[in-house]
Parts: sequence; structure tokens; C-alpha cells
Amino acid sequence: MKGFYKNNKIVFILLMMISAGASAAGGAKLMHMEVDLSDQASLQRGAKTFVNYCLSCHSAAYMRYNRMGEDLGISDDVLKANFMFGTDKVGDTMEIAMSPEDADSFFGVTPPDLSVIARSRGADWLYSYFKTFYVDESRPFGVNNLTFKDVGMPHVLWQLQGMQRLTKREHHDGAHHAPGYEDLESISYGSQNEDEYDRTVRDLVNFMVYLGEPIKLKRVSIGIWVMLYLFVLTIVTYLLKKEYWRDVH
Amino acid sequence: MADIEKQVINGLTGLRDWVDARFPLVKSWNEHLAKYYAPKNFNFWYFFGSLALLVLVIQILTGIWLTMNYNPSAEGAFASVEFIMRDVPGGWFIRYMHSTGASAFFVVIFLHMFRTLLYGSYKKPRELLWLSGMAIYLVIMGEAFFGYLLPWGQMSYWGAQVIISLFGAIPFIGPDLAEWIRGDFVVSGVTLNRFFSLHVIAFPLLLLGLIAVHILALHEVGSNNPDGIEIKKNKGADGIPLDGIPFHPYYTVKDIFGVAVFFIFFFAVVFFAPEMGGYFLEHANFNPADPFKTPEHIAPVWYFTPYYAILRAIPSIAGSAFPGVVAMGLAVNIFLLLPWLDRSPVKSIRYRGSYYKIALTAFVISFIALGWLGMQGVTPLYTWLARFFSVVYFAFFLLMPFYTAMDNDKAVPDRVTD
Amino acid sequence: MINSDVDKSRRRFLTAAATVVGGAGTVAGAVPFIATMTPSAKAKAIGAPIEVDISKLQPGEFVIEKWQGKPIWILRRTQEMLDDITAQADIVSDPVSDASAQPEYAKNEYRARENEFLVVIGLCTHLGCSPKFIEKGLDGSLSAEKGGFFCPCHGSRFDFAGRVFKDVPAPTNLVVPPYQFLSPSRLLIGDDSEVV
Repeated sequence: MKGFYKNNKIVFILLMMISAGASAAGGAKLMHMEVDLSDQASLQRGAKTFVNYCLSCHSAAYMRYNRMGEDLGISDDVLKANFMFGTDKVGDTMEIAMSPEDADSFFGVTPPDLSVIARSRGADWLYSYFKTFYVDESRPFGVNNLTFKDVGMPHVLWQLQGMQRLTKREHHDGAHHAPGYEDLESISYGSQNEDEYDRTVRDLVNFMVYLGEPIKLKRVSIGIWVMLYLFVLTIVTYLLKKEYWRDVH
Repeated sequence: MADIEKQVINGLTGLRDWVDARFPLVKSWNEHLAKYYAPKNFNFWYFFGSLALLVLVIQILTGIWLTMNYNPSAEGAFASVEFIMRDVPGGWFIRYMHSTGASAFFVVIFLHMFRTLLYGSYKKPRELLWLSGMAIYLVIMGEAFFGYLLPWGQMSYWGAQVIISLFGAIPFIGPDLAEWIRGDFVVSGVTLNRFFSLHVIAFPLLLLGLIAVHILALHEVGSNNPDGIEIKKNKGADGIPLDGIPFHPYYTVKDIFGVAVFFIFFFAVVFFAPEMGGYFLEHANFNPADPFKTPEHIAPVWYFTPYYAILRAIPSIAGSAFPGVVAMGLAVNIFLLLPWLDRSPVKSIRYRGSYYKIALTAFVISFIALGWLGMQGVTPLYTWLARFFSVVYFAFFLLMPFYTAMDNDKAVPDRVTD
Repeated sequence: MINSDVDKSRRRFLTAAATVVGGAGTVAGAVPFIATMTPSAKAKAIGAPIEVDISKLQPGEFVIEKWQGKPIWILRRTQEMLDDITAQADIVSDPVSDASAQPEYAKNEYRARENEFLVVIGLCTHLGCSPKFIEKGLDGSLSAEKGGFFCPCHGSRFDFAGRVFKDVPAPTNLVVPPYQFLSPSRLLIGDDSEVV
């Protein structure tokens, strides 16, 4: 009997967690960006940013360098010279040298693998995330993020973007209001101006969407042929059906 | 030239006769296809039986091929799915066919079942046909549930955790039962391994057996039709039903056309929208299972959400979640009673009175509404809506003996209409 | 109710058309299923060419490396071994490797790019077992002082050029993989496209 009540409690807690989580989800509206997987130049720039800034702490353990080279039009030599730092085998996946234990002690969490992050977060989320870091001295790395509250990651692109802060704007209704993207204001300059940084982030997110599903572009182009074939098949089988059914009155 | 043709035909006929003397080849062909007489007035709703069979074949073939590269372990499952998606040539295509096939199975089965409600196909003499179909439905639900754990993503993990915990709510045996199902104190690699075994061997075998029973039962009693008239009652001098046509070639060519149209929709999803906006492949499932972190919003895959909404709608009584579990179980199984709840003398909705039409419409609306509510987070309004629609859902069944008996049904013609 | 006036030729044509179109689709649909069973990108990455450092290999020393999961034998032959190979021309079944598999540059008496180094795939050409390295005393060779390779599965024997002896089950000499010398002390196995 004791176990019976205990287990009921677990179910109850689980159900509560689901409902509580559900109402907490949602949050701020995301900034939108158009993904263009056919823009190879953008993907190449994004890949460069990715291997330089992300790949030191995050892995992309399901992605092979030579697959990326093949899809993005990067030769093996260029791959080795400009994109690969931990290995010289182009068939290797994008692993990192940092062990999960080291990462854990450094960041407090293990930085997640980024292979399919764009498929779980979505492009708009990533785009917003990279643009909404702001100074917050109470956080371990001195920064917080409007898209990902209390994120355990430093603003690795700060040298490009510069730093932002959250302004405490007075609202005439005096009501308590959650900070929005419009409340961010630049307090220091990075090596890129606003437009350049925007392009860097777009390229990076574009690449991460590619990274999430490398076959995507090809999948769609094969699909068009499959559709054309199926329309022909439908017409032929319809005529066949009609021909036989002339018998039936 | 003609000589060779004649010899080939003679040779084939000889081979056929040789087999026929040892195996009922021609007999089976005739019984189930060439001389199986089906009503000539089948409409749109009659495509979904053969399409369900098609989806089954797709699932079995793609399943066999996925198993060649899938690794059923807590350490390797998630990675092996990405391995299939990236490193295995053509693996993405097989995997998307399988994931889309799972949802397509439920789309087709729901429409197939709705056809039964429209035309009273569960009514005498087709009770066993209906029960075997329901058994197939239950097995497919189990199959889908087991399969959903295999990618070992966050939704896989926490979905399984929640559903198995439901069994824990059963009085007395619950906690032990839940532990027995998991084979561990929480969902773990052990659970994954047994779900894999059930998903690829046990349930598919069960499914094939039940489908054989279903088709044998169908061919014994004969198909119902949109008029709900027994075509066997009007036979010609040759003993062939006047309103019947041989299944082959008439319905084989028609079903092949149906397959072509179905494929347009199916492959449009496979190639252009395999995630189907998060309904077929949930976004959170692209995060590997983490036993320490529940995702912010968890919801079952779309085909389980109507039942899930009913589960959540029932308040716990005396600190026990059991009533909700019971309600959910009933919601699934109450279909089994349909042949005995329905007191109407007519089968088809075409000749039923307005009560049944209203009841069926209300039922369909509640089923869809519950499905939608099951995907949403809980708010007081949604909970009350879910309760309201749950009541409508059950009322459709529980009040059926009354409203079908009182209904002002119309006269049924002797012969099928076009 | 079944109409007798049927346009048989139209019916036959449409049946044929549907069969052809449907058949083509079925064949196209089978392609990805067949393709998934070919080596994956991972297998190809693991099976990529390997570099072997042979600077420390002493004359007469034998090492086994792995390429594409197969054992690759590397033997640094002594002058005595090379002399024996010449002397054994009459008792091996394919002395100049006419019927055997090797790149053009290894189709010679010693079956090698550099006479000193033997590089072969260590799988018997009979049924794929891996033979053993016998330094001295290979039964059936010139004398009990001589060595070679012996396959325990069905008793096939090979000399130090990987050539098969007469009257054993194995039909041809051991297979030589594509390889090249990156430098006098570095071997690249699995690629002979002159990368340097």
C-alpha cells in the first residue's frame, strides 16, 4: 500500500511538471531570419565562424569534415589548412579535445553537441540568441542572454559585436514588464559594425541549419522529381481504372 | 513465333497445375481476389483498408533496413540514428519513410475506423471483423509507443517515463508493474533493449497474425458498403451477388490508383516536410535523452493526444491519479463495445435519423478538439474544455443504446445506389 | 452487368503502361535500400589510406598493420630472402604473377615497388583466412631452413613474395594493395595516386 501511494505521487508530480513547464514555455517573441541553404558563400563563412568560435568548446560529433567540404565546395587542402585544428584526417568528425569532465568543471555544464542543435532550437532562436547577450555582473561569465535566460556560456562573439547592456526604461503605466529586445543598447564597439555582425550571425545560423541536416537541399531537389513521377503514375493508373470500370453499370 | 508462345503458355499452365495439385493456389486466388465479390458502390472511404496494408509493408521494409544500422543501447541509440541520417548512403530516406509511415499509419487507420462509424460496418454480422480491427489498433498503438523510445531523444525518454508511470497508478500492483515494464528503477538502456525487441519482433508478428484474421473474417462475411445493404441477399441465377463485382480486377486497379494518390501526400511529407512542423518528429527529440532534465514542454506524438487530453482532464481522486488512467484506458477500449451499443436497425448513415448524425458529428469534433488540447499546455480554461469534450466523447458511446433506438431511421432500399 | 463490348487493345496498352511506369518506380525505390547496404561514410573514413613509419623496421622483421579492417603485412626482406625468391621460381605456381592481383608496379619477381619491402594483404586467396608468418622451416619450401607464410585453414603456403606454392588449394598469389613511399621511411597504404 505504501508503494502504491508513493507511485501515485510520482505520476502526479510528473503531470504537474508537464503542465508547469508548458505554461513557462513560450516567452519572448523571436527575431526572424531567412535561411538560404543554397548560398554556398554564406555557408562557407558560417563554417569558418563555427570552427573558430564554437568548435573549441562544443563538438559536432556527427558531422564529418569531408562531408562538409563536399557539400560546401571546400577542397581537402583548404579544409586541412583553414577548418581543421584538432585532426588532419578529413574523414574525421568534428570532435573537440576538451573532455566532458574538464568542460563540466570549467562551465558547470557540459557544452552540448551542436550537430542537430538547429533542429531542436530552430533558426530564429539561434539568430536571436547570438544577438541578445548583455552585461550582467551577477552571472559567472559577466553576461546574460535575453533569449536564453541565465545561460552558462560566455559571449564568445563579443570581440565582433561589442557589448550590450539592458536599459531600465521607465514605462508610464508603471507596470512590471519583462525586458524585450528593444531594451538592449550597445555600450562598446566590436570589430564589426551592426550590419557586419548581423551578417556574421546570419551566416553562422545558416551553417548550423545545414549542419543539422546536411541532406536537406538534396532531399528537396530529389523530392521534386519524385512528385513529377507520381503525377504521371497517378494519371496512368487513373486511366487504367477508368478503362476497367467502364464494365460496371 | 506463335509456336514458342504456345509452348511457353503450355509450360506455365503445366507449372500452375503442378502447384495446384499440391497447394490451393488457384483456389486462394479466386477466393480472395478474382471471385471475391465486393459491392460495386465503394466510395472514397473504402481506400483506407488497402492503404493501411501498404503502410504496413512500408514500415516493415524500412524497419528491416533501419535495424541494419540502428544500435539499441543507451550509449549508442541517439548517435546511430544520426549515423543513419548522415553516414549511411540513403539512410535519411529510409528513416524519414519510417517516421512519416508511423504517422501515416494512424491517419489511415483513423479514417478507416471513421468509415466504420459512418456506414455501421461493425454491426452484425461483422462484430468479429470489428474486434479484430480494434485488436490491430491496440497493437499498433503499442508498436508506436515502443518505437518512439528508440531514437533515445528527450521526448522519447520522458514520454516513455510518463506513460510507464501511468501503470504505476494502478492500485496494489502498479509500482511493481511499472518497475517490471522498465526492468529498472527509471527508464534506462534495459528498457530500451526490451522495447526494441518488442518493436521489431513481437508486435510485428502479432500484427501480421491479427491482419490475417481481419482479412479472413472480412472475406467470410463480405464487405459492407456505403448503403449498408447485404449484397449477398440479392443473388443472380449464377449465385453471384447482383450488386457485386469481382475484387480483381476492379478493386485492384482502383486501389492501385488510390496508392498513387496516397504516395503523392506521403512522399511530399518525406521529401519536403519530414518533421511536419514538429508533429511527426518533435523538435525536443533532437536532444539526446537526459534522465536529469525534463524538457520544458512535453506532449505525446499527435496520435496519442486525444487520449492524453482525457487523462489530464480527470482530476486525481483521493490523491490517486488512477481515475485518469482508467478514463484513458476506457476511451481507447470503449470502441470494442460498439456492435452491442448500437441498437439501430440500419447500418449506413445515409438511412439513419438525425440523432446519430448529430452524435457522430459531436464525437468527431470532440476527438479533434481533445487531440488539439492534448498538445497544449494546461490552463484552467483548457482543462475545463478537455473535461467538456471528454464528456461528449463518452456520451457518444454510453448514450448510444438510447439515441439509436429512438432515432427516426429511413427505409433502406433493396439494392445499392450509385 | 459486365459489359461485353470492351476495347481490348486500349485495356492491354494501359495495363502495359501502368506496369512499366509502376515497375520503373519500384526499381527506383529499391535503389536507396540497396545503397544503404554499401559501406557508410564512417566505414570509408576508417578505411581511409594509412601512413606507416618503417624507419625502425629491421631486415627480416615482419609487422602487421590494419587498412580497411584487413591485415596488411609489411616484411623487410633480407638479401637471403630475396635470393630464395629467385631460386623458388620453379616450385611456385604463378612466378611472374600473370594470374594474380596486384598494381602494375608490383607485377614483378619480388612483387614490390622496392625489392626490400614486401607489402601484401594478409588474407589467403583461397577462402580468406589469414596465414601465419613462418620465419624458418616452412614445409614444402626449398629446405627446412627456409620460411614463408602458412595458412592454417586449408594448408596453403606462400613464399616471401606472397607467391603461392604449387599443389595447394589457394589459386593465386597474395593480393598487393595500392601503396607508395611518401619518403624512404614512410609508407602510404591504400593510395598510389602520387600524393607527394
